[in-house]
Amino acid sequence: MLIRLNSFLINIIFFIFISVISNPAYSEEKNVDLLKINWSFKGLLGTFDRSSLQRGYQVYQEVCSACHSIQYLSYRNLSEKGGPEFSEEEAKAIAAQFEVLDGPNSEGEMFTRSGRLSDKFVKPFPNVEAATAANGGAYPPDMSVLAKARKGGADYIYSLLLGYEDAPAGYELDDGVYYNKYMTGQKIKMLKPLSDGAVEYSDGTQATEAQMAKDVATFLTWAAEPHLEVRHKTGVRAILYLIVLIILVYFSMKKVWSRVDSKDDLEQQEDTFDKVEKWTTQYEGDDPKSFK
Amino acid sequence: MSEEKYIPNSKIGQWFDSRLPLLTLSAHLREYPTPRNLNYWWTFGGILTFFLITQIVTGVILAMYYVAHSDLAFESIEHIMRDINYGWLIRYVHANGSSMFFLAVYIHIFRTLYYGSYKSPREVIWITGLIIYLFMMVTAFTGYVLPWGQMSFWAATVITNLFSAIPLIGENITEWLWGGYSVGNPTLNRFYSLHYLFPFLIFGLVILHIWALHVPGNNNPVGIDVKKNNNETVSFHPFIVMKDLFALLVFLIIFFIFVFFAPNVLGHPDNYIVANPLVTPSHIVPEWYLLPFYAILRAIPSKLGGVIFMFASIFILMLLPWLDTSKVRSATFRPLYKKFFWILVVTVILLGYLGAKPPEGIYLILARIATIYYFVHFLIILPLLGRYEKTSPLPLSISDPVLNKPDIVDKFKKIVGEYEGENVDSFK
Repeated sequence: MLIRLNSFLINIIFFIFISVISNPAYSEEKNVDLLKINWSFKGLLGTFDRSSLQRGYQVYQEVCSACHSIQYLSYRNLSEKGGPEFSEEEAKAIAAQFEVLDGPNSEGEMFTRSGRLSDKFVKPFPNVEAATAANGGAYPPDMSVLAKARKGGADYIYSLLLGYEDAPAGYELDDGVYYNKYMTGQKIKMLKPLSDGAVEYSDGTQATEAQMAKDVATFLTWAAEPHLEVRHKTGVRAILYLIVLIILVYFSMKKVWSRVDSKDDLEQQEDTFDKVEKWTTQYEGDDPKSFK
Repeated sequence: MSEEKYIPNSKIGQWFDSRLPLLTLSAHLREYPTPRNLNYWWTFGGILTFFLITQIVTGVILAMYYVAHSDLAFESIEHIMRDINYGWLIRYVHANGSSMFFLAVYIHIFRTLYYGSYKSPREVIWITGLIIYLFMMVTAFTGYVLPWGQMSFWAATVITNLFSAIPLIGENITEWLWGGYSVGNPTLNRFYSLHYLFPFLIFGLVILHIWALHVPGNNNPVGIDVKKNNNETVSFHPFIVMKDLFALLVFLIIFFIFVFFAPNVLGHPDNYIVANPLVTPSHIVPEWYLLPFYAILRAIPSKLGGVIFMFASIFILMLLPWLDTSKVRSATFRPLYKKFFWILVVTVILLGYLGAKPPEGIYLILARIATIYYFVHFLIILPLLGRYEKTSPLPLSISDPVLNKPDIVDKFKKIVGEYEGENVDSFK
């Protein structure tokens, strides 16, 4: 009886163990493995690929920006260190392409002027409602921190851009909804944005779908984390400094503690000696003189 | 190590110290006799103090730029991250610092459980510590709401809604907490105010916690009282200060790895989406350090029951000094308790894992088993162990905790042999 109960319990524990191990992700979400790329910005000393960032900006500007804003990025960021590092003239020229609403002026009128470095990226729609209305009821998310707001980050953006497929037979799709195997629920309201040759790279890089996806994912990672390079650099320095400090503190600590540790050894020796003496005395008999 | 009254050397020192004995206090802190056999699990008190100060300093700087308004909070944080000099560093230190704070506090608490440090005469240290822990949870939760991302908003909604489970007045309390009929700008404002207040309350409690510690002095891994004015203790400075510093620096490496190379892995991606009351995230989860309690909350089928059990799981710890009736402190000499201690550790980690999972199927069953076991451990196992456990014999002092081990006797015999031999030679 007891043995049967035992084996029953062991079975239960085994079952529990297996089900815990085999279910690392949320059960109801179908997680498709994302496409993985060896991004240059991963790793301890990861930095952005400048030309990829510049190409990525071009893809954003010519394709994404029709619907997606990057409201927290300024044109000056494009020429800053650690980013695409356009020259200041180039960044000024980029900013000047845009009409910015400014004002009110001294007459109390709003006016438009051409963009400056200090301006934020101009939004395609004045507000969320306008953007939603113009896009069939689905708001195209702001891309400022998109790479941090999605599980998988750059891999997710890259995969999503390449994840458009024909829906499996019998799969119901409404008008204006497309099938994308990396989207939650596999339904996306964004029309497939990239196709080979959608932009023309000035540096001669072949504008394949995968290349554009990679470039724009790199650009969006930078947009979400403009200080990534300096963060990595500072981190390596800080940890190296810490290691040196730890070594110094370790030996100082040993030195300080040697004061009590050595005293301890001596005392313990004396202590042991006392005990041994006592022991021997007992062994020898009460009167040490009786021993020759 | 002397217990003598401290008298400052200089005249002006004596003048000041007789009016406000800060110098005496500082001398006490330097000379505070600490058991010399403390291991590295005892360094987490110092690490926690460091993190409290770090959180307060970085928090005060962040507060200079943060805007507590539901329309501007998210933007102001992006401003800190992008445009403030080293704003990204300050914010990542603050955000990951809270995780490290909790990691350290959990180690600190489990160390207390293992070595029985909560037992007489240290009950008050234990209880002030638990109040600090409660306040830390309030601070962490209100802080998590401030970026006003999706998880901020929905975590605030879920947690404040817990109070609506209270019969009769629950709904009123919830609306009172919100400052409206849903989580909104007034909620954000008051959470910000509380988030700024609580760390200073914690700071005050830490002073009480240390004060209470300095009355009986530290427990130690052997768990027997040390004899003061004996070489069983060392002065706090420089011995313990150096050891704590060393441990802190090692711990900082883990901290720095998170801050500089994985600053967002402990957070949730959804918190980089601006709060939207119309869109509920598919899974609302708290920060990792609150997950065990979240699992207990959801394991109970009724809402009120869940809330009661969740709070009970913390308050039951306050009764621990009286639930654990064993006179022996350290688990080293409690063979059975040692086993149950590790089962408890596994249970709590399991609860944390289950808190991140949806409450359904096997996860729910496991969460219920773990919740029941958690309470059984404290309410049944500990009182019974105190009565029936056969503990190992305690050593007489911390310097020879292994006196009655056979290999020591062998050593003695050997030494005696040598001693005799020498004697024989010298005599003959």
